Amino acid sequence: MATDLGTSPDEVQFRFREDEVADHGTVTVDACCDQTNATAVRIEPGDDARVLLPFLDRLALVEVNFPSFGDGRGYSAARILREAGYTGELRAVGDVLIDQLSHMRRCGFDAFAPDKPLDEDDAKRAFAQWDNVYQSAADGRRTIQELRHE
Amino acid sequence: MYKYDSYDQAMVDARVEEFRDQAQRRLDGKLTEDQFKPLRLMNGLYLQLHAYMLRVAIPYGTLNSRQMIALGDIADKYDRGYGHFTTRQNLQYNWIKLEDAADILADLSKVEMHAIQTSGNCIRNISSDHFAGAAHDELIDPRPYAELLRQWSSFHPEFTYLPRKFKIAVIAADTDRAAMRLHDIGIQIVRNDAGEIGASFYVGGGMGRTPMIAPQIRDFVPLDQLVTYAEACLRVYNRYGRRDNKYKARIKILVHEMGAEEYTRQVEEEFAHLLEQGVEPPLAELERIKPFFADPAFEDGPKSVDRSDPDFALWVDRNTVRHKHDSYVSAVISLKPVGGIPGDATGDQMRLMAKLAKQYSFDELRVMHTQNIVLPHVRIADLHALWTELEAADLGAPNLDTIEDIIACPGLDYCALANARSITVAQRISENFAKKNRTEELGQLKLKISGCINACGHHHAGHIGILGVDKKGTENYQLSLGGSEAEDVSLAKITGPGFDEDGVVGAVETVTDVYLEQREEGERFLDTYRRIGMTPFKEALYG
Repeated sequence: MATDLGTSPDEVQFRFREDEVADHGTVTVDACCDQTNATAVRIEPGDDARVLLPFLDRLALVEVNFPSFGDGRGYSAARILREAGYTGELRAVGDVLIDQLSHMRRCGFDAFAPDKPLDEDDAKRAFAQWDNVYQSAADGRRTIQELRHE
Repeated sequence: MYKYDSYDQAMVDARVEEFRDQAQRRLDGKLTEDQFKPLRLMNGLYLQLHAYMLRVAIPYGTLNSRQMIALGDIADKYDRGYGHFTTRQNLQYNWIKLEDAADILADLSKVEMHAIQTSGNCIRNISSDHFAGAAHDELIDPRPYAELLRQWSSFHPEFTYLPRKFKIAVIAADTDRAAMRLHDIGIQIVRNDAGEIGASFYVGGGMGRTPMIAPQIRDFVPLDQLVTYAEACLRVYNRYGRRDNKYKARIKILVHEMGAEEYTRQVEEEFAHLLEQGVEPPLAELERIKPFFADPAFEDGPKSVDRSDPDFALWVDRNTVRHKHDSYVSAVISLKPVGGIPGDATGDQMRLMAKLAKQYSFDELRVMHTQNIVLPHVRIADLHALWTELEAADLGAPNLDTIEDIIACPGLDYCALANARSITVAQRISENFAKKNRTEELGQLKLKISGCINACGHHHAGHIGILGVDKKGTENYQLSLGGSEAEDVSLAKITGPGFDEDGVVGAVETVTDVYLEQREEGERFLDTYRRIGMTPFKEALYG
C-alpha cells in the first residue's frame, strides 16, 4: 500500500490532542473502503467524507488535504466526520495558512500540518481570534445566541 | 432598528484588529498578494482600475442618521467627497488608499458598521425589502429574520471559502421589491394554512453571464428551523458546487445541472441530519431581535397634501409610496438627477439626508437596490417641508421607477472587469428623455445598464436592459427587452445586433415609440411588450 501518502508526525506543527500522535501511512478514501485494516485515511477535496462513516471506529487519523486554501470543501468534510461521532485525529494538511486556522479549528480539526511552517506567534493569535462565536459548529462552543439567553 | 450588544460590537472590533494584523503581515512580506487578496476581499476591499474600492455593508439596507453621517464624513475624509450606493443596498467608496483601509473600518465600527463579507466567496450582506416595516402590503417585517441570518452568516467557519460568492435576500410581501428570485437564496416569509409564520425557500437564482430565476425548493420551513435549513442549502453547495470553472461556480449552475429536484432531495437529507445536530439558535433570539424593529409611535394627522404647487404635487405622486399608517408615506429620495451618476451622493448630501431622516422619519433611512434612498416613515403633513429641503440640495428629482431612474453599474469609468462605460449611457438617456419631456408620459419603465456580462447593473431584469460589450476594441451595446426583477420576474431577451453609444441612446427612444403607439389603457412598457412580443420592436429597430 502507498505508505508515502500523507504527512508524518514530524510535519504536524500544531496539535490539540493529548493522545499519542498517530503514525500510520494514510490511504486514499477508495483504498480505505476496501482495506479492513486501514487506520488512517486522506480525504481529497473531491472525496465524499460520508463514505467513511461505516469505518469510523477503526480510524485513528483522518487527513483532509487543502491543495489550495481557497477550496473550502474540507471544512464540510471535517464537520461531517465530527457530527458522525468521529473522535480520532483530524489533521488539516496542505495549503494551510494563518487566516484559516480559527475556522478550521471550529470545524473540528485538531491537528495542523501546513506545507510551509507558520509563524508561531501569528498562529497563536489566529487560534484565539474569536472570543465568542455566532454559529454552532464542531468545537462545541456555546454561541453568542445561547449566551444571551442562558 | 437593530442595535449591537457587547457581543456584536466585540465581533466587529475583533475583525478590525484582525484586518490590521493581516495588512501588517502583507507589508512585512509574510503574506503574498495571492494570499492577501481573499482576506482583503472579505473586508470589502477591491483593487479597481485606478484605486482601491471599499464596499461598506448596510445590513438589509437599513441605517440611522448617525451612520449616514459617518458615511458622509468618510467620503470627505478618505475619498473624493462622494460615495456610490449599490444594487445590493451597500455603499462603495471608489478612491481609497490601502493604508487608510483599517482606519476607515475603525471609524465604521464606532457607528456599528463594517465591510465584512461585502466581497469574496462567502455569504454576502443580506438584502431585504426597502419598505420593510412601512409597507402596507407586507405580512410581517422581514428584517428580524434577515438579522438572524446576518449573525449566522458572519464569520461562518464552514462557508467562508465557497465555490463563489453567495447572496441572500429576505422579503415578507407578495410584492417583491428585492429581486428575491434573482438571488442565490431568496426567502419569502409566509403564513401557512394553519396560520403559522415560516419561510419559503427559493434557491439558485442569479444574474451574471447565465441568468436564472430561482425555483422554489421548500414552501414552508418553520421559523425554529430557518437557520438549519439555510445551513443545509449551503452545505450541499459547498460540497458539490463546481470549482473547476469560476463562471460555472454559482449555485444556480449546480441547481440547474443537478436539477432542482435532486438538489432539493439532497438538501432535505442534509436538513434532516442537521436537525439532530442542534445548530439552530434558540427561538428566544428571534424574540430578542423583533422589538428592535417595532413600529415607531405613529400619530394620526392629515392624510392629503396641498397640491397647489405642481412641482411638489408631481414629486408626491412619483416619489412617495403608500404606508401601512394612513397619515404617513415612505418618501423616496432620488439619486438620479437628470444627467447625474446613478446612485452617487456627496458627503454633504449624505449628511443632509441624515438630518432629514432624524427630523422627519424616526431617524431611519433605507437604501434601495435601485440605488435610491428611502425615508420610510414620513408624516404626510411634513412632505412639503421635506421636499423643499430636498429640492434645494438637488435631491428632489421626481422620477422613481421612470426611465430616468436608471440602474447602472460603475462600468469602465471605475471597474477593472468592465468592457464598456455604463454611466455615460445612463446620463445621456436620462438627459434625452428629460429634454423631450417624455419621462412622465412613459410611466413605469425600468431601465438597467451593465458595463459587462457580470450584470451588476441588472440588465437581465430591466424592462429595457443594456449590456456593454467590447467589440473589436470599441464599446458596443446590446439592447434587451422584457425583464423584471419583481414578483412578475422574467429575464429580458436580446433584440438583435448591438449599437454604438449614439445608436443605443436612439434605440431606447425607438422602442419607447413603439410602446407609446401600441399601448392599451393602463399598460406599462413591460405589459405591452408581453402582449405584442418582440417582433414590432425588432421591426422598428432594424426593419
